Order: sequence, then structure tokens, then C-alpha cells
Amino acid sequence: MTSVADMTVSPRDVERYEEKDFGFWLYLMSDAVIFACLFATYLVMVGNAAGGPTPKDVFELDRAAAETALLLLSSATFGIAAVALSAGERGKVLLWLAVTFLLGAGFIYLEIDEFAGMIAEGAGPQRSGFLSAFFTLVGTHGLHVTVGLCWILVMMGQVYFKGITAPVASRLMRLGLFWHFLDIIWVLIFSVVYLPGLL
Amino acid sequence: MDIFGRLTLESLPFYSAVAASGAAVTVLGGLAVAGAITYFGAWRMVMTQWLSSVDHKKIGIIYIMLALVMLVRGFVDAAMMRSQQAMAYNNEGYLPPDHFDQIFSSHGTIMIFFMAMPFLSGLANLIVPQQIGSRDVAFPFMNSVSLWLTTAGAGLMLISLVVGKFSTAGWTAYPPYSGVQYTPGVGVDYWLWMVFISGFATTMSGINFLVTIFKCRAPGMTMFRLPLFTWTIFIASVLIIFAFPALTVACAMLILDRNFGFHFFTNELGGNMMNYINLFWLWGHPEVYILILPAFGVFSEVVSTFSQKRLFGYISLVCATIAIGFLSFTVWLHHFFTMGSSAKVNSFFGTMTAIISVPTGVKVFDWLLTMYRGRIIFKPPMLFTIGFLVTFVIGGLSGVLLALPPVDYMMHNTTFLVAHFHNMIIPGVLFGYLAGYMYWFPKAFGFKLNEKWGTRSFWCWIIGFYVAFMPLYVLGMLGFPRRMEHYEIAAWQPHLIVAWVGAVIILLGMICLAVQLIVSIRERNEALDLSGDPWNGRSLEWATSSPAAPYNFAVLPKVEARDAWWDIKRRGVAYERPLEYEDIVMPKSTYAGVVIGVAGGVFGFAAIWWMWWLALLALAVIAGTIIYRASDDDDEFVMTASEVKAIEDARFEKLAKAPKNEMADDPGYAGEPAAEPAT
Repeated sequence: MTSVADMTVSPRDVERYEEKDFGFWLYLMSDAVIFACLFATYLVMVGNAAGGPTPKDVFELDRAAAETALLLLSSATFGIAAVALSAGERGKVLLWLAVTFLLGAGFIYLEIDEFAGMIAEGAGPQRSGFLSAFFTLVGTHGLHVTVGLCWILVMMGQVYFKGITAPVASRLMRLGLFWHFLDIIWVLIFSVVYLPGLL
Repeated sequence: MDIFGRLTLESLPFYSAVAASGAAVTVLGGLAVAGAITYFGAWRMVMTQWLSSVDHKKIGIIYIMLALVMLVRGFVDAAMMRSQQAMAYNNEGYLPPDHFDQIFSSHGTIMIFFMAMPFLSGLANLIVPQQIGSRDVAFPFMNSVSLWLTTAGAGLMLISLVVGKFSTAGWTAYPPYSGVQYTPGVGVDYWLWMVFISGFATTMSGINFLVTIFKCRAPGMTMFRLPLFTWTIFIASVLIIFAFPALTVACAMLILDRNFGFHFFTNELGGNMMNYINLFWLWGHPEVYILILPAFGVFSEVVSTFSQKRLFGYISLVCATIAIGFLSFTVWLHHFFTMGSSAKVNSFFGTMTAIISVPTGVKVFDWLLTMYRGRIIFKPPMLFTIGFLVTFVIGGLSGVLLALPPVDYMMHNTTFLVAHFHNMIIPGVLFGYLAGYMYWFPKAFGFKLNEKWGTRSFWCWIIGFYVAFMPLYVLGMLGFPRRMEHYEIAAWQPHLIVAWVGAVIILLGMICLAVQLIVSIRERNEALDLSGDPWNGRSLEWATSSPAAPYNFAVLPKVEARDAWWDIKRRGVAYERPLEYEDIVMPKSTYAGVVIGVAGGVFGFAAIWWMWWLALLALAVIAGTIIYRASDDDDEFVMTASEVKAIEDARFEKLAKAPKNEMADDPGYAGEPAAEPAT
């Protein structure tokens, strides 16, 4: 499995890919505003525990640290996949995308486990304004990661069946933007939600 | 779990004659459209040329058709409210409170989300690519998805008239009233899901147009040569991208509160209802400018074309547009001065509100000075523009009054406010879009709209506006709260009867619009636009044929000045044919957009009625369609040079028969030499 790809790109296609990249950046900006609103809401509501559990009661530093490690590592492995992409090595792209997928899936597992545990302890989103805001902010990020996982699978399929063609490479670049963007959001969640809640 | 969720036979509107007749009109309207398509044997044409089209011009036309249909629906609501209030002194009128509340809620929702927004998207789609000398928008397929998701939202609006009841929480759906504790039932959920879905569509449109204007301009079309309409769409797109997420978040949270027991905005367990109102207006105020800036763009085009003069103060108009866009994010709190923020907070937002009227004032002077010493032609679009200028200034003045927090405390929730924002939105937005509709109609269809009926419509609209809304200012002063279903104070009734007369005059304006369309279609052969340039226009959309070829420009124009088309005509190089045409790559038609739209509508309906299995199924269809589409690398086709030549041959044949535009000299303004006439 070496690069069989036809990477000759017409100037018009280059323009098309630039348009798509720019449009995707704009989408990310728009998504960033969604997260900004969720962060603002969280900060407004973090004190509204309504006699129920507070951040100190429900957050676990170990788990948050493990989630952070998995997601940051997955960004690194995606980076390796991107390097393999520009070298045109299809096998390596597939391998590192698979590793990225597993790390991301591990993150989602930890998050679902955290949510399930909280709900079982009576600290579900229906308990208080604080928990509603927490579940929505972190859950929205988790939903994005889940979409990202599906996208990784689709792109692995495309790389496998189509090879590293120009449109596939262009899509992988945008998937990379998305994946790293989610990493940045997670770093913010870690610093704005988990750390102050535990310190 | 029941497969129909909470949908039962009691959801059908047989409980009231008024509701049942509304439902009947909706159902019969749908059947009539389907019947007409069947009668004319046009299903194949509708399917292959419209539903699956990714051509920005066709998408624009569908948007505007949707907007006009919803305009009728929104107007019927308005007329019902005016009738109720005119008669409901010391009696119940003909509408029970619950029904009246649904009507004012649907009126606002329809007019903002499903009349004004589609009208805006429609005009932008139709015109922007042609104005910048492009062959299409940046993302033609995403454009089709936006269209059909918007239509899905509007479809839910119409379905709410037949199945279940609509929200009674006003078009803003403030909690805690809109929460499940005080408003159970599906009404608010209808509102939430239709706004959520169409908001998604609008965000995609915003991204699409920003990229289009940034990346797809013709050679030489620099940012400071863009026509004003394109500039305003550009800024509106920026506002859409940054403002609509706030609406999405507010809606999502209220959905979670209502359906899953969250406590974002509830009264108990740490909910904070003011957070909704902040998020809502963080979107809502920029939204006002998202709607009005493109209308300002239309006025700029119209006033310059029909004054036969270059636009006065182009740079200042662009700067004012940018300034308004920026400031629009700094005034949202003026929608709830009475929330009880500190005096300092209120005075900050009051001051910003007063400041935002400055760039708007700059624009008004620029338009006036464009008309000054121009040779004004009083066609209907120009009439709407002049009517706007006069009326909008009055609304602006009442806005500056309301910007003062102490005054706002007096006027809050009275009809003074209702009069104010209708005084901004009817002339500022609706007149602008109607002017655009009449101005660009020939570009879309190849014949002009009847001017006599256009003029009549204008006079009915403007007189009707004054008669309908000036009494509301007075009523507000008299302490008449908005959204009153009946009242016991005799002094209010005369004003409400006058306002009802105004609504009747506006009804005549609506009828004139309909007659204008019918008469124009029947007499189209007498008003054909053979040249593609019926008004002796100034910007590039008039360089294409009417209606424009699928690729707009067989040869991309070279732009050397502002008012690019005028400049090309003046240099005598208009309508030059190349020695040879080239192949043109075009996007393929696809049903994927309409499938996503229908699935989006089904998803919304299922979520409203708690048919979760159906909602998941619809989401799966959407995901599958997106994955299918995203794996399709063969989404374009080539139109060969000979096909292009055939279309262009026909175009130039028509052009030869067309009357020539007179290139009169271009009267300059102080300090600038008059432009030279064409040779």
C-alpha cells in the first residue's frame, strides 16, 4: 500500500479547496461562539447548586487529567497522520487515524462513565442550574468529539477505498482543524470547569 | 412508549371555528398548489429543475416565493389582531385569549424568521454572485441545504396551524412563562424547533456568502469596488456567523428545560431566567441589523440607479455599514432596561443605542445627497426608497427616545414600542425588500413588473402604515399595553379603530402586490427585458442576460472602477463577444439538499411530538445523506464551449432587438468633475 494517488490539482481546484478551508474556519469561529455562550452560562450558573452537589463534590481530578491526556495525545497522533498524508503514505495515514480514533473513543468512554456515575449519585442535570450548565457544556463538547469520531471513520473509509486523492487530502485537513479545535475547547473546559472546581 | 408520542386526535383543530378555518385554508392551499402542478403536468419540471437545483438564482427565487407566502400568512395574523382589538372594548371580541396569544406569537415569528430572513437570503442569492462577477456561490450544495432547512422551519410553522397549537409566549418566548411549568403542550416546542432548524440554515447561508464575497470576486473587483448591496450582505453575513450561535444556544437550553427537566431558566433549583433574555437579545439585536443592512443595500442601489448618479459618499456608506455591524453587538440590553441592572449599566447601553443612530444618520444623508441634483425617475422601487427615507427617520427619532432608560421605563411593553419597531422594520426592512423585489424582478424572470400596480401598492402601503401605526404611538402614551386581548378603557378604542382602518389600507397594498404579479405575468410580452439592463443599471448584475444564463457570465468581466457596469458601458466595451468561448465547469444538480431539508422537517416534527424513534430515524437519514454526499467526488459537470456559444448566440440575438440605453452624462457632485458621456 504505497501512494498511488493522483495528486495533480488544477488551479481551479486549488481555489475550491481554499474556499472550503476558509468556510470551515468560519464555521469553527461560529462554533467557538456557541462554546463561548456555554462557558458564559456555566460561569453564571456555577454557584447555583441549589443545595445539591457542588463542583468539589462531583469532579474527579484523576479522571479529568486522564481525559485531557487522551485528547491531547489524540491531537498529536492526528498530527502524525497529517505528516504521513503529506508524504503520501496511505498505510501510515490509516494506522494513525485508527490510533486517533481509539484515543478519542477512550475519552468518550471516560466521559460517559463520568456522566453515568454522576447521574447514579443523584447529581444529574435535572438536579440544579449548576449541573444543567455543566452537563450541557461538557456534553456539547463530547457530542462534537463523537461527530469527530464518525468523521474519522468516514475518512478512513475514503482513504482506504479512494486512496490519497486531492479531495480526500483536503477533507482530512479540515478534519484536522476540527479535531485540534476540540482539543483547544477541552483545554478551556479543563481550566475553567474542572480546575477551579477542585482547587 | 407510544409510537405517536404525545400526538393524539385531540391535536386537530376542531375545538374552534376560527382555528379550524385557519387549518382548512392551510391544507387547501397546499392541495391547490399540488393540484396546480399536477394540472399543468409540471411535476417533472419542478423536481428536476427546482427541487434539485443548486443554481443560486433558482434558490433565490424559491426563497422569495417562500417569503411572499409567509408575508401573506403574517399579514393575516396582523389583520386578525387589529380586528380583535378594534372591537374588544368591554367585550371579549371574537378571539379567546389563548387564540389571540397564539396569533401575536406567530405573527412575530413568521415576519422575522420566515418572511424577512428568506426574503433577505433570496435577494442575496439572486444578486450577489452576479454583482461580484461570479458564476455561483462558493458552496452551491450547502446553499441548497440552507434553502430546504429554512423551508422545513416554515413548513413546521404552517403545520402548527393544523396539528396542535402554536406558542402563546410571543415571538421572543421569554421564560419562565415559556417554561414547561406555565406553558405545557407543544406550542413553545413548535417555536423552539422551527427557530433552531432555520437558525442552522441561516448560519450556513452566512458562511456561504462571506466566503463567496471574499473569494469569488471577478478580476479587478476589489473590496472597495463592491456594490453597496454586496457590502451589506457581507457585513450581515459576519453578523449572522457571530450572532446566530447565541440563538442556537438559547433555544437548545430552553429545549432541554422543557423536554428533559433541566434548570437553565426555571424559577427553582438555581435556574436563571434573565440569562435567556441576555442570550436571546445577544442574537436579537444584531438580527435587527442583519435584516436591515441588506435593505439599506437595496436602497443604495435603487437610489443611485434612479437618480442616474453615482452613489454619494460610497466610502462613508461602507464605513457606516461596518460601524453599525460592530455597534450592533453593544446595545442588546436596551431590550430590557427594566430588568433592573444598575443605573451605570443602563446608561452605558442607552448611550451606545444613541450612538448607533449616528452611522445610520450618515447613510440617510448620503442617500439624500445622491438624489440631490440627480435626474430622479419615480419608478416603484424609487417610491419605496423615498417613502422609507421619510418614514424611517420618524421611527429613528422614537428609537432615540426609547434609548433613554427613564423614558423606556415609562414606555416599556406599551404599544409605543410596538409602533417604534414597526416604524423601523416596515419601511426599513419590508420596503427595502419590496423595492429589491420590483427592482430585480426582470433580472430573475426577463420581464418587468407592472409599474401602475406597483405604484398603487406603494401608496396603499405607506398611507396604511401611517394610519395603522401612528395611533399606536398615541395609545402607548395613553398606557395601552401591547398584546391586550380586551380592555375596559373607552379612550383607547377610537385609536384602535383608526389602526384597524390602517390595516385595511395595507390589505389593499397586499392586494395590489398580488394584482401586480398577475397582471405582469399576463402582459409580460409588453414589458420584456431583452437587454438584461432594463433600468440602465450601474452594477454587474445588469451585464448578464435576463434571466441570467446558468453560468451568469460566459466570460468573467474585468472590473476597473466602482459602478463596474456603468464604467464598462461608458468605455464603450459593453457586450463585446470573445473570439472563442471556453468550457465552463458547473455544479451538478442533486436531491441531497431537499432530502436533508425534508428529514430536518420530520426530525423537528418528531421532536415536538416526542416520537423519538422517528427523530432518530430522520437524523440517521441526514447523517447518511451527508456521508454519501461527502464521499462523492464527482459533483461537477462541464458545459462545453459550443453549448455556451449557443446560449450566448440567442442572448445576442435578443440584445440586437433591445432598445439601447441612453448613456446620459453623469452629473457629478461638488468638487468632482462631471463624468464624460459615452462616445
